[in-house]
Amino acid sequence: MSQPAASAPARTFSPAAALPGLAAGVAVLYLSIIVLLPLSALAWAARDGGWDAFWSAVSAPDAVAALKLTMGVAALVVLLNGVFGTILAWVLVRDNFIGKSAVNAIVDLPFALPTIVVGVVLLLLYGYQSPVGINVAYTRAGIVLALMFETLPFVVRSVQPVLLELDREMEEAAASLGATPLTCFRRIVFPNLLPAILSGGGLAFAKAIGEFGSVVLISGNIPYKTQVASVLIFGRIESDNQDAAAAISVLMLALALAVLMLIGLAQRWGTKHDR
Amino acid sequence: MTASLTRYGLRFVALGYLLALLIVPVVMILRKAFENGFGPFWTAITQPDAVHALKLTLEIALISVPLNTAFGIVFAIMLVRHDFPGKSVLNAFLALPFALSPVVIGLALILAYGEGGWFGKDLANAGFQVVFSMPGMILATLFVSLPFVAREVMPVLREIGDEQEQAAATLGAGAFTTFRRITLPAIRWGVIYGVILTTARCIGEYGAVAVISGNVIGETETMPLIVKRLYDGFDKQGAYSVSVVLAAIALTTVLLMTLFKPKVEA
Repeated sequence: MSQPAASAPARTFSPAAALPGLAAGVAVLYLSIIVLLPLSALAWAARDGGWDAFWSAVSAPDAVAALKLTMGVAALVVLLNGVFGTILAWVLVRDNFIGKSAVNAIVDLPFALPTIVVGVVLLLLYGYQSPVGINVAYTRAGIVLALMFETLPFVVRSVQPVLLELDREMEEAAASLGATPLTCFRRIVFPNLLPAILSGGGLAFAKAIGEFGSVVLISGNIPYKTQVASVLIFGRIESDNQDAAAAISVLMLALALAVLMLIGLAQRWGTKHDR
Repeated sequence: MTASLTRYGLRFVALGYLLALLIVPVVMILRKAFENGFGPFWTAITQPDAVHALKLTLEIALISVPLNTAFGIVFAIMLVRHDFPGKSVLNAFLALPFALSPVVIGLALILAYGEGGWFGKDLANAGFQVVFSMPGMILATLFVSLPFVAREVMPVLREIGDEQEQAAATLGAGAFTTFRRITLPAIRWGVIYGVILTTARCIGEYGAVAVISGNVIGETETMPLIVKRLYDGFDKQGAYSVSVVLAAIALTTVLLMTLFKPKVEA
């Protein structure tokens, strides 16, 4: 139980907000229909043709290239948004300027803007008819740009509350002892923020490796060059190669679960840090 | 001196990043959609396919949001107030829709409920077509937007504790009365915040719906799908116009999030 205070005395009655068994049963059935059965069917289809079929699907040259590219751009995007996200969080917590609350609100825009619209708007500014002379359409830089947009809020929103809670006395003490701002950040602020940066970065990574809508227009889907995993899987489905699509999908599913586990670890590390 | 210089430098970097990445592109689309005045914009969003897409998108949201709200609350109560075998598994599966590619989600649904899938034949015999039609699109939408309400309600439930609920129960209130009179009022802001996030996701989902809908023009085409088709078909005015409608919904969402967030965290 996560309520130490409330659950300390031995209960002689069932928990108050007790769900009638029926509600819990229906909820589990709902989860099964929407999530569990489909994912089981996916795993089933992936092993349908045997290990050889699975292996040849995931080791097809274009699939390997797509998976490598996906990992690479996702890692780069996490690095970029790790840095910019932390800076943004710092500015939103420690700095003061007119319009700060509007800036704070706009950070959530990527959560709300449909992914396909993200692709359309980015191509307007950074596509063939770019008014600023930057054209990243059909390039890997374009994929990175789209993923930067999509994953911008994660690190900001995970670092912000930690920074807000952070006691400033330590920093002031360090500064009074002659530490430069950079030393202060490196030795005091950064170690305290690291778990939050990692868990936000993990979420960004998970989102980035699976992203489809914002990438599909801007990447141009050129095999070996700009084809990411989700777009490749979409192509396999369209060309009626569902088994190969399922095999690569299972790989992505395993990856997503692994990233979620690592995020859980980072969060647990963060709460330990607090105490 | 150096401290304030650092401060201005960081502010410049942070705002520049937001401006170049988020703000200018979104402002650009507003300008582009209204480049030739309001007329072409209005014509584009009132063409029959676009109107149909708007209706379909709203219908799907109208079915999906209440379902995921109700079950989100149930999942949150299960995870916070109860102990049962498989609790950590439930917790993991509630996080999965955030981390899983929408294309993979769409494919999984096809493999379970599509032709040649696990239940495809039985469903077809019962006269129920899931894939390439509305039920499949709703399932895809439910999958991708499943966690939002539960994720928002869980911390609130932890925060309020269960003393009042227990008091109500000792005084003889049934489970439903306790929920309606005690729990629900206490978690309402969390629920509302979750509903805002769920609605935005339901309206904006592209990948999972694109896979399962089969893109039947004028039939299974939601607003995000029509943006893609118009864009590919070089109807830029049409694509930009529908995008502006979606962007307006997104900006409204952000505004609502800003209004309700302090209440959730209070």
